[in-house]
Amino acid sequence: MTAVTAPALRRPAATGPSLARLTGVELRKLADTRAGRWLLITMGLVAAAIVTVQIFVLKDPEQTFTAFFTPSLFPVGLLLPVLGILSITGEWSQRTALTTFALVPRRERVVTAKLAAVVLAALASVLVSLAVAAAGTLAARATGGAGAWTFDWHLLPYAAVFQVANVLMGAGFGLLLLNTPLAIVTYLLLPTVWSILAAMIRALREPARWLDTSVTMEPLLGPEVTAGQWGRLGVSLAVWLLVPLAAGLVRTLRREVS
Amino acid sequence: MIEVDHLTKRYGPHTAVEDVSFRCEPGTVTGFLGPNGAGKSTTMRMICGMTTPSAGGATVAGRPYRQLPNPGREIGVLLDASAQHAGRTGREALALAARTMGVARGQVAAKLDLVGLNETAARRRVGAYSLGMRQRLGLALALLGDPRVLILDEPANGLDPEGIFWMRGLLRDFADRGGTVLLSSHLLREVEAVADRLVVIGGGRVVAQGGKDELLSGAGTLVRARDQHALRLTLDRAGLPATAGTDGGYVVRAEPEAVGLAAADAGLVLTELRPAGSGGLEQLFLTLTAGASTKEAVR
Repeated sequence: MTAVTAPALRRPAATGPSLARLTGVELRKLADTRAGRWLLITMGLVAAAIVTVQIFVLKDPEQTFTAFFTPSLFPVGLLLPVLGILSITGEWSQRTALTTFALVPRRERVVTAKLAAVVLAALASVLVSLAVAAAGTLAARATGGAGAWTFDWHLLPYAAVFQVANVLMGAGFGLLLLNTPLAIVTYLLLPTVWSILAAMIRALREPARWLDTSVTMEPLLGPEVTAGQWGRLGVSLAVWLLVPLAAGLVRTLRREVS
Repeated sequence: MIEVDHLTKRYGPHTAVEDVSFRCEPGTVTGFLGPNGAGKSTTMRMICGMTTPSAGGATVAGRPYRQLPNPGREIGVLLDASAQHAGRTGREALALAARTMGVARGQVAAKLDLVGLNETAARRRVGAYSLGMRQRLGLALALLGDPRVLILDEPANGLDPEGIFWMRGLLRDFADRGGTVLLSSHLLREVEAVADRLVVIGGGRVVAQGGKDELLSGAGTLVRARDQHALRLTLDRAGLPATAGTDGGYVVRAEPEAVGLAAADAGLVLTELRPAGSGGLEQLFLTLTAGASTKEAVR
């Protein structure tokens, strides 16, 4: 009954887990709880639902691959930050950080693995969008729509940047606030607060063009992004993505785990 | 091997742990005793790199915890059995840890079996576990990497008497094979049966440490007299530090001979005079508990 392996006989492994291994573990954590699984399933279902709606509302000639692909990015892009937030804050709200950091005491490695995992999830979501768009196109053909396979390949890297930025912003908010409801509410309220303030205060309208991510990220869903738009996107992401990530990393490294 | 060297932790003006030093040698079980809020958990969290000490340091297997490349293979840690994701199954919690440490998958089933969690329990979500089952799962997690050192914070909490008996056997066996165990408890009786060494902490400071037998025997003298009041006065006059026991007698920090002589000089009739045994340590412990819980209430 008490057949514990002889502790004195074994030499422990001298090397720690690789980042690839840790990323694999973090990917698994995204899907191994009921809540996590349903979040992923919901993202797929929402994308599929949007495509279905498009089949009904778009006129037959407008039912192209691109017309299915782009709208599916929006709702998924709204849920990806929640995924980013939960992957970070879940460790604190469920107190699993105690186990995670006991096994990997170099916390920056855990954070890096988590960021890598959510970025991979964001890229995978683009593939899901492509898949549902393809299914939509086939369905459009079957129901008498145009079903044209026209696709501007520029859209693909734009979509990837869009979704990766979304998920990393969520992760940044999660790292900084380390509290699930606080991070989600703050993240979702921010664009609304921007638009309200910009509508009320004239002086804020110009900064909003540079800082409101719901404005700066919009061109990514269009056919082309100009140099000026890239610049504004870069500035807004530096403020809402890089700053929270950096400050959040510092906070996570220092925080007492109990 | 665990070495704790002058660990101190301050939270603002409050000092949770002050200048705590002790060593845990291979082949021994060290009981880390103290009332709630004495600083046991804070000390253990500092040993495991969860909390940064204000001063001092600790090493496990010769290195600070945070510098261990793959700590799970050297040290099994159970700091809080409730700190598990409620939505994960017991098996999944272990599988994640096995994957992180690079432990063979077969070990998950083996360790679940070892701690007495059967197939049905392993498939259930941790949220549905009783505290006793969580402790067992936490122990399985700690043992998963076949470590040589175990650090367990209140592992007996929530276990039934049979479970406590089983755990004692497991820890004793682990130490007898050359392992090092540090386990905390707020109950003296709980660790008395398994520990070789005791470290007693109160108000953040180490108040007693040493071999269990040595501590239990050097715990003073129990004395009882027909006239308890006269006894108290006599002891005070003789300069013998005495505290009233739970059952009417006094525990005196002196040899029985000194106490007997003082009583004879005063012409007192003693009804009992003997080494206090574990009663003395328990007495020390009770004094600590009383002081600490008042402090906790005030804070």
